[in-house]
Amino acid sequence: MTGAVEKEYRQNKIHPQKFLLWAGLASIFMMFAAFTSAYIVRQAAGNWLEFRLPDVFFYSTGVIILSSLVLHGSYIAFLKGNATLYKSLMVTAFLLGFAFIILQYQGWEALQQIGVELTGNPAGSFIYVISGVHAAHVLGGIGVLAVALIHAFGLPHKVTPKRKLRFELTLTYWHFVDLLWVYLIVFFVLQA
Amino acid sequence: MANFSYLTEEEKLLVLEEGHDPDFHEHEHGDKYQTSFITHYIFSQDHKMIAKQFLITGMFWGLIGGLMSLVFRLQLGFPEENMAWLKPILGKWITVNEGVGTLDPEFYYALVTMHGTILVFFVLTAGLSGTFSNLLIPLQLGARDMASPLLNMLSYWFFFLAGTIMFASLFLSTGPFSGGWTAYPPLSALPQAMSGSGAGMTMWVLSLVLFVVSVLLGGINYITTVLNLRTKGMTMWRMPLTIWAFFVTAIIGLLSFPVLFSAMLLVMFDRGLGTSFFLSDIYIGGQALEYVGGSPVLYQHLFWFLGHPEVYIIILPAMGLVSEVLSVNARKPIFGYKAMVYSILAIAFLSFIVWAHHMFMSGVNPFISNIFVIFTLIIAVPSAVKVFNWIATLYGGSIRFTSGMLFAIGFVSLFISGGLTGIFLGNSAIDIQLHDTYFVVAHFHIVMGVAAFFGMFAGVYHWFPKMFGRLMNSTLGKIHFWGTLIGAYAIFWPMHYIGMAGVPRRYYSFTTFDAFDHFGSINQFITVAAIIVFVVQIVFIVNFFYSIWYGKKSSINPWNASTLEWTTPVDPGHGNWPGAIPVVHRWAYDYGKDGKDMIAQTTPVQEWESEADH
Repeated sequence: MTGAVEKEYRQNKIHPQKFLLWAGLASIFMMFAAFTSAYIVRQAAGNWLEFRLPDVFFYSTGVIILSSLVLHGSYIAFLKGNATLYKSLMVTAFLLGFAFIILQYQGWEALQQIGVELTGNPAGSFIYVISGVHAAHVLGGIGVLAVALIHAFGLPHKVTPKRKLRFELTLTYWHFVDLLWVYLIVFFVLQA
Repeated sequence: MANFSYLTEEEKLLVLEEGHDPDFHEHEHGDKYQTSFITHYIFSQDHKMIAKQFLITGMFWGLIGGLMSLVFRLQLGFPEENMAWLKPILGKWITVNEGVGTLDPEFYYALVTMHGTILVFFVLTAGLSGTFSNLLIPLQLGARDMASPLLNMLSYWFFFLAGTIMFASLFLSTGPFSGGWTAYPPLSALPQAMSGSGAGMTMWVLSLVLFVVSVLLGGINYITTVLNLRTKGMTMWRMPLTIWAFFVTAIIGLLSFPVLFSAMLLVMFDRGLGTSFFLSDIYIGGQALEYVGGSPVLYQHLFWFLGHPEVYIIILPAMGLVSEVLSVNARKPIFGYKAMVYSILAIAFLSFIVWAHHMFMSGVNPFISNIFVIFTLIIAVPSAVKVFNWIATLYGGSIRFTSGMLFAIGFVSLFISGGLTGIFLGNSAIDIQLHDTYFVVAHFHIVMGVAAFFGMFAGVYHWFPKMFGRLMNSTLGKIHFWGTLIGAYAIFWPMHYIGMAGVPRRYYSFTTFDAFDHFGSINQFITVAAIIVFVVQIVFIVNFFYSIWYGKKSSINPWNASTLEWTTPVDPGHGNWPGAIPVVHRWAYDYGKDGKDMIAQTTPVQEWESEADH
C-alpha cells in the first residue's frame, strides 16, 4: 500500500530537480527579457548611438553553439558507455566555453577600439552590461562543467540514475546559456 | 543509510534519488535534520521550522517598520511639539535647539523610505508568503517536505542576510536610504544626491538584490513542490485555495522579481561605473554632471513591472488564507471554488499589464495611459468575483467567530473599502488630482497593507495550533481584532478626505502651506489612532509568545477542518506523517455535505453520497 502511494507520487512527472532548474532558468530569462525591453524602450526615446557590432561577437556565437553540440555528444557517449569519447568531448566543451569567454572579452576590447565605451551613450552600455551578465552566467556553467569533469575523470564510468540526472541538469543549463546568447545576438542584430 | 532490502527496486530508486522513504517513521528519531540544536532550530531544512523563522523575522521587521511610522506620524500630527525625548533613541537625527527637539527632515524621508521597504518586502512578502507557503504547501498537499529543502533553507538565510544589511544601514552616520521605497533615480543613482543616497543606498540595493535571490529560491521551490509532490489523489482541482494562491504568487514572483534585479543591476552600474542608463543632464550645486542620454522613466517602467505584480504577491496569499479560514469557520464549502481559482489566475495575468498606472503623471503618453486604465479597471472584475464569493460563503453559514475568522471577515471589509478607491486612482484623468496625495496613501494602505495584515493575522490565529501545538488566547485575539479594525479605519479613512483636498504625501510638514495647514487636527487624530493601533499589536505579540509556551493545548484538529495538515500529529516531526502519506479522495471543502458537518479529504467517497459540488 505505502509503496503504491509513493510510486503514484512521481508517476508521469518530471523530476523535481529538473523542474527546479527549469523554473530557475525562467527567472534568469526574465532578467534578460527586462534588459532587452529596457533596450527597446530606451532606443525608442532617441539620442541613440548607432554602431556595428564587432565581428568577434559572431565568432563567439559559433563557439558557444559548437560547445553546446559537443557537450550533447558527450552526453550521448556517456549513455552509450563510450568512456573515452565521453571524457574527451566533455573536455572539448569545457575548453570551448572558456574560448567563448575570451572571445567576449576581445569583443569588449573591439568595442572600445571603435570608441564605444561602457560609460557614455546607453546604446554601448547596454551591450557591455547584457553581454557581461550573460558571461557571468556562462562562467557559472563553466564551474558546473568543472564539477562534471571531476566526476568524469574521478569516478568509474557507470550510468547510474543519479549521474544521468546530474549530467542532464548540467546539459540543460549549458544549452540554456547557449540559446540565451543566440537570442541576445539576434536581438542586437535585428534591433540595431 | 538504513537497510532497505525489503523494498522493490523501484522503491529503492525512489529512496536514493529523492530521499523518499515509505517507512519514514523507522528512522524519524535521529535523522540528520533533527540531531542538533543548530540543524533543528537555526540551519533547519524542515519546512515547518523555516516557516516559523520567516514568521518571527517578519514580526521583528513589522515592529521596526511600525515604530518608524509612529515617529513620522508624530512629526505629521504634532509638528511643533518637542521631540527631545526621542534623542536617546534617534541620537543626532533629533536636533535640540533651546530645549526644543525637532526631527531631522532628511531622517524623516529615511523613515518613510524604510517603512515602505520593510513593510512591503520584509513583512508582507517574506513574512506573509514565506511563512504560509512554507508551512502549508507540503502539509496541505501531503508532501514530506519541499522539493529542495536545501534551497528552502537558503531562501530564508538570504532573506536574513538581506535584513541584516538593511538593519545595519539604519545606523550609518549618513543615514539609511531616503529616496522613497521605489528608489527612483536620480536620488537612487547619484551617490551625492542626498545624504541617504550614498552608503545608505548602496546597502539598500545590496539588501534588495539578496532579497530577490531569497524570493526566487523560495518561489521555484513552491512551484516545483505544488506541481511535483502532491500526494495520490490530490489533483490540481482538489487543492485548497491557499495552495492555489501560493502557487500563483510564486509564479508571479518568478516572472517579476528578476526584472527588479535587472533594474537594481543597472542602478548599480550607474552608481559605480558611471553608465547613464537612468541619468541625463543633471546639475548638482551648479555643476553639470557627465551623465547624458539616460532616462529616469525607464527605471520606472522596470521598477513597476515588478512593483505592480508585487502588490498581488502580497495580497494573493492573504486571499488564499482568508478563503480557507472563511470556509472552515462558516462550516460551508467555499462558494464558487473554480471561479475563485480562475479569478486568481486572471488577477495574476492582469497584474503584468497594468504597471504604467503608477506612471500616469511621469510623462507617459496619454494614449498609452488609456490602455493601462482599461486593464486596471478590468482587475475590478476578478476582484469583485472573489468578494462576492466570500460573502456568499458567509451567507447562511453557521459561523464560528474565532479570532482567525474575525480577521478573515475584516479582510473582506478592508478589501472592499480599499478596492473601491482603486477604481478612482486607476483613471488617468482623476489621477491628475489624486496623484501623490494622501488619497493614494489611504488606498494602498487599506487594500494591500492592512488587508494583507488581516489575512496574515487570520492565518496566524488559524494555523497557530499547527505551528506550536497550542491555541492562542481568543479574548486577547478579539481585543486585537477590534482594536486593529476600528483603529486602522480611523487612521486611513480621514486620509481620503485630506487627499482629495490635495494634501501631498511624503511632506515633512504642512505648517508653511496655508492650503493644507488647517488639516492639522485631522493629522493629530490620525497620529493618535496610529499609536493606539500599534499598542494593540503589542497585545498580539504578547499573545503569540505567551501561547507558544503556555497556551491551551490543541487537539489534532481544533477547527474540525477537512484539509490534510490536520491529519498529522499535533506536533508533526520531520516528514510530517509518521506512517504513510495520506491519500486524498475529494476536494478540500466538504463542509455540511449530506448533513455531515465535515468530511475529511482523506475519507473515501461513499456510494450514498450526493454528487460532488464541483
